[in-house]
Amino acid sequence: MALLSKKDTSLILDPLADNNPITIQVLGICSALAITAELKASIVMALSVMFVLGMGNVVISLMRNIIPSKIRIIVQLVVVAALVIMVDQVLKAFAYELSKTLSVFVGLIITNCIIMGRFEAFALANGPWRSFLDGIGNSAGYGLILIIIGFFRELLGSGTLLGYKVLGDPIEKTGLYAIGYENNGFMLLSPMALIVVGLIIWVQRSRNKALIEEN
Amino acid sequence: MAINTDKNSYTVIFAAIMVVIVGSLLAFFASSLSEKIQENERLEKQQNILYAMGVNENEDEGSVNFVSTDKVAGEFKKYIKEQLVIEGDKITKDDNAYLIDLKKQETEAKAGKTRKLPLFIGEKDGSKYYIIPMRGKGLWDAIWGFVALDNNLVVKGVYFDHKGETPGLGANIKQRYFMDDFAGESILKGTEYAGIAVAKGNNDPTNEIKDDNEVDALAGATITGNGLSAMIKESVKLYKSYLESIRAKN
Repeated sequence: MALLSKKDTSLILDPLADNNPITIQVLGICSALAITAELKASIVMALSVMFVLGMGNVVISLMRNIIPSKIRIIVQLVVVAALVIMVDQVLKAFAYELSKTLSVFVGLIITNCIIMGRFEAFALANGPWRSFLDGIGNSAGYGLILIIIGFFRELLGSGTLLGYKVLGDPIEKTGLYAIGYENNGFMLLSPMALIVVGLIIWVQRSRNKALIEEN
Repeated sequence: MAINTDKNSYTVIFAAIMVVIVGSLLAFFASSLSEKIQENERLEKQQNILYAMGVNENEDEGSVNFVSTDKVAGEFKKYIKEQLVIEGDKITKDDNAYLIDLKKQETEAKAGKTRKLPLFIGEKDGSKYYIIPMRGKGLWDAIWGFVALDNNLVVKGVYFDHKGETPGLGANIKQRYFMDDFAGESILKGTEYAGIAVAKGNNDPTNEIKDDNEVDALAGATITGNGLSAMIKESVKLYKSYLESIRAKN
């Protein structure tokens, strides 16, 4: 017997491409433009969201039959906020360096629309295991786009990847810079994140015509 | 037995129970971990102060490497010879001066009280370092740091940090290539306390001119940079009378 049934596999794989939370559902754009100026931040954010969404989906799913529908949004918010704060406290005590890198993301994770969206759309109606898979899948789809944007913005904006100068030194004029290449500082500003997202959506829809909406 | 989750009384009870559970969970986490967190923050402050005076484990280029946490307490004792608290005209020695909360002192000063100004005197290879803590505003939240001066108010080293500046832009104030530019610049312009400005359109990106009171700015981080310039200028000015007395001694 396979570890995951066909339905379960699609829970993980669908959000990576044809049902991607950023490019198809257009959720989570705010954090996608806020923290993608460098690749490392994108990766850290992707992992944090994966943890919070995976755990949160399970918690909400376990509580799904007892949550009063009138206050379910508040309950969801409390669950995310509590999870994020607990993780932050534990990291501060045992992995102080890492917690400092994360500090700026904590607020962004709580307000990430993908998290509330998945709680509302999936975890409230499905069992814990499937909700967990759905959480992992969606955050992976989100993280994938984040990493793609971060890759291009850091490479073209600062000429580095994960802090390493891959294109040569812009001040000493070595590598590509020796033949007159210049960094595009505009890539570091947030509007460029939206333009990169737009380009990804364009590529994706031109490859898969089924995604194009009829007017 | 199915529960009627739509009833008002159920909603209220559910909310109450949830608040109690989540509240006590968070309180438990916060109080059981607070000692460890404070210890981490204390060591970090010591690392930062030592970093500013050039006691660190930096290799040739690239990343910032502090003295490791297990060694920092010893190194701090070894290099920081005196910790002073300046309160108006009164100068006292205090071995816990580095724990003074600058934010709290700022609010006290606004309320009309004299603020306590901590200052650390370090000694390395026979020369003295006067290390001044700084605190200011970035784009999103607080920025802070330490600047180490010699007795002519020339910068020997700096350390900057921030609470929530944008990664890749303002957050780069804590990168080596930015902080290293400050060394050698003077706080003084003639006799005026001009500070060091983070300047855009600086035609000296490799920072070879050391008497212009300027370093090259970070692209895309104008407000963080302006906040940083203001922070250096305002923070050092607070110590003017003490620094003048050192300069007079030379």
